[in-house]
Amino acid sequence: MNSFRLFPERASTVSHQTDALYLFLCTVTALFSILIFVLIVYFAVKYRRRSAVPPPPVHTDLRLELAWTIIPLLIVLFIFFWGARVFFYIYRPPRDSLDVHVIGKQWMWKIQHPSGRREINELHVPIGQPVRLLIASQDAIHGFYIPAFRIKQDAIPGRFATIWFQADKVGEYHLFCHEYCGTQHSKMIGRVVVMDQQKYQDWLAGTPAEESPAESGAKLFRSLKCIECHAEKAPSMAALYGSKQRMADGAIMEADENYLRESILDSTTRVVAGYAPIMPSFRGQISEEQLMELIAYIKSLRDPASLKKTD
Amino acid sequence: MSTVSYQPALEPRESYINIAYTVKSWLFTLDHKRIAILYLIAITVFFFIGGVFATLIRLELMTPEGDLVSDDTYNKLFTLHGVVMIFFFLIPSIPATMGNFVLPLMLGARDLAFPRLNLLSWYIFMIGGTLSLTAAITGGVDTGWTFYTPYSSVFSNSRVVLTVLGVFVTGFSSILTGLNFVITIHTMRAPGLTWSRLPLFVWAMYATSVIMLLGTPVVAIAVALVGAERIFHLGIFNPALGGDPVLFQHLFWFYSHPAVYIMILPAMGVISEVVTCFSRKNIFGYAFIAASSLAIAFIGFLVWGHHMFVSTQSIYGGMIFSFLSYMVAIPSAIKVFNWTATLYKGSISFHAPMLYAGGFIGLFTMGGLTGLFLAALGVDVHVHHTYFIVAHFHYIMVGGAVMAYMAAIHYWWPKITGRLYTEWLARISAVIIFLGFNLTFFPQFLLGYLGMPRRYHVYPPEFQVLNVMSTAGASILAVGYVIPLIYLTWSLWHGKAAGPNPWKATGLEWQTPSPPPTNNFEEIPVVTGPPYQYHLEEVPFAPSKSEPGAPV
Amino acid sequence: MHQASPSLAHQFEDAAQQKEASILGMWAFLATELMFFGGALTAFVIYRSFYSVDFAEASREHMNIPLGTANTAILLCSSLTVAMGVHFAKHGERRKLILMLLATIGLAIAFLCVKATEYYLEYRHELVPGVNFRYPPPHDAQPERLTASPPHVELFFSFYFFLTGLHALHMIIGVGIFAFITFRAWRGRFTAEYYNPVEVSGLYWHFVDLVWIFLFPLLYLLH
Repeated sequence: MNSFRLFPERASTVSHQTDALYLFLCTVTALFSILIFVLIVYFAVKYRRRSAVPPPPVHTDLRLELAWTIIPLLIVLFIFFWGARVFFYIYRPPRDSLDVHVIGKQWMWKIQHPSGRREINELHVPIGQPVRLLIASQDAIHGFYIPAFRIKQDAIPGRFATIWFQADKVGEYHLFCHEYCGTQHSKMIGRVVVMDQQKYQDWLAGTPAEESPAESGAKLFRSLKCIECHAEKAPSMAALYGSKQRMADGAIMEADENYLRESILDSTTRVVAGYAPIMPSFRGQISEEQLMELIAYIKSLRDPASLKKTD
Repeated sequence: MSTVSYQPALEPRESYINIAYTVKSWLFTLDHKRIAILYLIAITVFFFIGGVFATLIRLELMTPEGDLVSDDTYNKLFTLHGVVMIFFFLIPSIPATMGNFVLPLMLGARDLAFPRLNLLSWYIFMIGGTLSLTAAITGGVDTGWTFYTPYSSVFSNSRVVLTVLGVFVTGFSSILTGLNFVITIHTMRAPGLTWSRLPLFVWAMYATSVIMLLGTPVVAIAVALVGAERIFHLGIFNPALGGDPVLFQHLFWFYSHPAVYIMILPAMGVISEVVTCFSRKNIFGYAFIAASSLAIAFIGFLVWGHHMFVSTQSIYGGMIFSFLSYMVAIPSAIKVFNWTATLYKGSISFHAPMLYAGGFIGLFTMGGLTGLFLAALGVDVHVHHTYFIVAHFHYIMVGGAVMAYMAAIHYWWPKITGRLYTEWLARISAVIIFLGFNLTFFPQFLLGYLGMPRRYHVYPPEFQVLNVMSTAGASILAVGYVIPLIYLTWSLWHGKAAGPNPWKATGLEWQTPSPPPTNNFEEIPVVTGPPYQYHLEEVPFAPSKSEPGAPV
Repeated sequence: MHQASPSLAHQFEDAAQQKEASILGMWAFLATELMFFGGALTAFVIYRSFYSVDFAEASREHMNIPLGTANTAILLCSSLTVAMGVHFAKHGERRKLILMLLATIGLAIAFLCVKATEYYLEYRHELVPGVNFRYPPPHDAQPERLTASPPHVELFFSFYFFLTGLHALHMIIGVGIFAFITFRAWRGRFTAEYYNPVEVSGLYWHFVDLVWIFLFPLLYLLH
């Protein structure tokens, strides 16, 4: 991780794609820069001033103008499509991703695995497994950046952001905060440790068993009295996550993490069709971590058979 | 070479300089040329203040640890470097100095349309600058020049309100200058000076002024809302109170992206003037260069979201902004090809303005091409907010805009002062600046792709080698900037007399004495042909219908 | 050489060029004002779309439609008086011009008085963000019907005060401008040939009126 290099390590499935486009861009840049540089030097030497007689005017040539408009246009369109393809890959996590929670705060990263294991400024992941990060901030905007994976995502307070990766090389890599957030912005760093599957399981089991986020969420669901309404009177949590919901104003919304967040914190702003805006707001009463736990619990109810009304 | 002695360079003839010598005659002037000088002095001071901040930053970054200044001080240094360089140097630079001085002359006018607004613009600039410098001295500001919320509106413990007030006030200076230029170009062109005969510098200033007019008010609102939020504890951008931090970014970048075209379009206008003069040739593709300035101004308003690809902006919005960002690159490419083609079959000399112009074309090409990396969505995810971006914008702003500013100063120095500068020293400085610049900023591309984030006070040790190279380059660059300060100042007393047209350039500004009289022209010239007709024996201007013979 | 007319500024060749520059200059300035208010209004409209229910309640329950309507009528009348003033200036009718300018100033001051009254009432109802904002207002007769989220209502009022305050500031500046123009008119400065300052001030005033035409429905009527 700490050795001098001129080019970063590649450790995720995205890295290869980003680097391929990057190298193409370097080639285009080099070619055009060299072309212009050579032309300027060549013209400067060949046409350097030798007499006071002014040269005759050269008239513009429409074909030349069109050529050097259209050829660059085609090149940039090609780059655009390629860049967009990589971008869509980066923003479309696979279904079987491991959900890891990340909360940034001044000036540290708090991470929790689905098994419950927590880390500060470190992220241990298994190789070959898609990992989806659910990212939040407790205060200012932060940014979660793993250069070796070629991915980053701003952590915006007041909403959830997600990004995913699949590590494909064992090792230790830098973790940086990329979005300036105050005094210790440049110390809000850590490392990502990629391990093979067995080592990861051993590592998970290494500390005393902690409660998984979904289990904590289930407890919160009862202690905050959510179950009192949502058992019968209010919309059911079963199979809610990921479904499409029709709102009172007719709009269709997907029940993703941000939908659930808004439902809990700004409960009367947007209400499901057929229900009255009477849910109390939990703004100010619930931390980012607790929100993530509740959401993990609701996600675990995707399978209706696992919904329990009592206990 | 000239001996070092006082040169009575100015004929005993009245000019805008010697018409009055009192401080009051300068501080209450309505003459666009004097106002240009007032701006020139002010922005030179701001440039060196911004440069001091840069020096401290580069010194700190020589070592991975934070051993020169504290975290908070470092954060204030890069914030103030950005605020000063962008709002108080780059944005006014060419427009407020060269634009103010040269534009009326180029148009054959006696002044700008609204001379009192012009003077007001300078005073507003000075007030804004004073407010911001006061903020710097009384505690500093540590939000980054981008003032992202909620850090700037809620969490920062620094002089945010005072700084945004300074920026807000200075914005009006920019708006008034732009307004003056647009109206002057529309209504005060000399007889015969049709739109298609305008020098390309004028087209560039026109496009720039439109951006100044339409973009600046939006950033004024953005920073006013941040100020209001801080003072009254409102929730406009504070998510804890229902606000949206990303909305600030949209409002901010809606101006701040077009702002970079405010900084580069005048520079491009200068290059068109210099390349034609020092190749003794007409410009290749006049209509294309003029149209590309307008295209850049227009499309430039539509691309701001490319600063926000990873900010939870919609990925479909991101695609649209990426596509449009590629579209705005094409007119710039057209200019570079046309300037290069202008050299073809020219008669080229290597005076300092031309060396700076050559440096501009090369470095702007590189910087602009690295913009293609940033517009590529997939690559931007990796390099956003790393040193790659820092390198990109310094290539364009320093390798581009500042080099063009140096070209402009050297090109029009004889006209402004009536004196010639020391040519051999100027050429050496240009080379020093070019070399120092590349050594400073090229390593930063590598640092960025390696993953070093920007605004980092301390960094992992493996990044040190490239950082040391960058600092070494900065020391050379600093020397390169100090030398012109010395010989240009020296030339004010000891430079040879320039005469009205030492470069034998076309353009109305060269058809009047150096330095010009207060009312610019004895008689307003009449234009009879297009610009850059270097192949003609006589320039296509007539002094006026009544008097024969142009005063050359 | 142009004739040394007292109203021709030195940088212009003739009166026609000066007039064209003045009018075009004011239009360019109004374009900047459009972007200025436009930026603030865009932010407001975006939040309105996020929190439509809460903003609707804030507007419906707490905006004073009678006073707002009165102000709209006052401002529209003042645009009429300004337009008539420009008309009289064009015809060299000095007395009528001054009368119309004074009427405009009077109407503008009336607007500002009504606005001040509204602000005072909002202060009494504890609806001023950053000063004494409380929601639901403590002395409200039926607080149960007020279900909107307090931070969102506060956001509405932050924008209400920012937008109307900015507008009022432009009106105060306008009063100052018209006072100066009235003084000039009284001194006989304007003739049928030269009345540029009257015309461009009129343009400015119409714009200030236009901004209110947008603010009034957006703040008072949309629910």
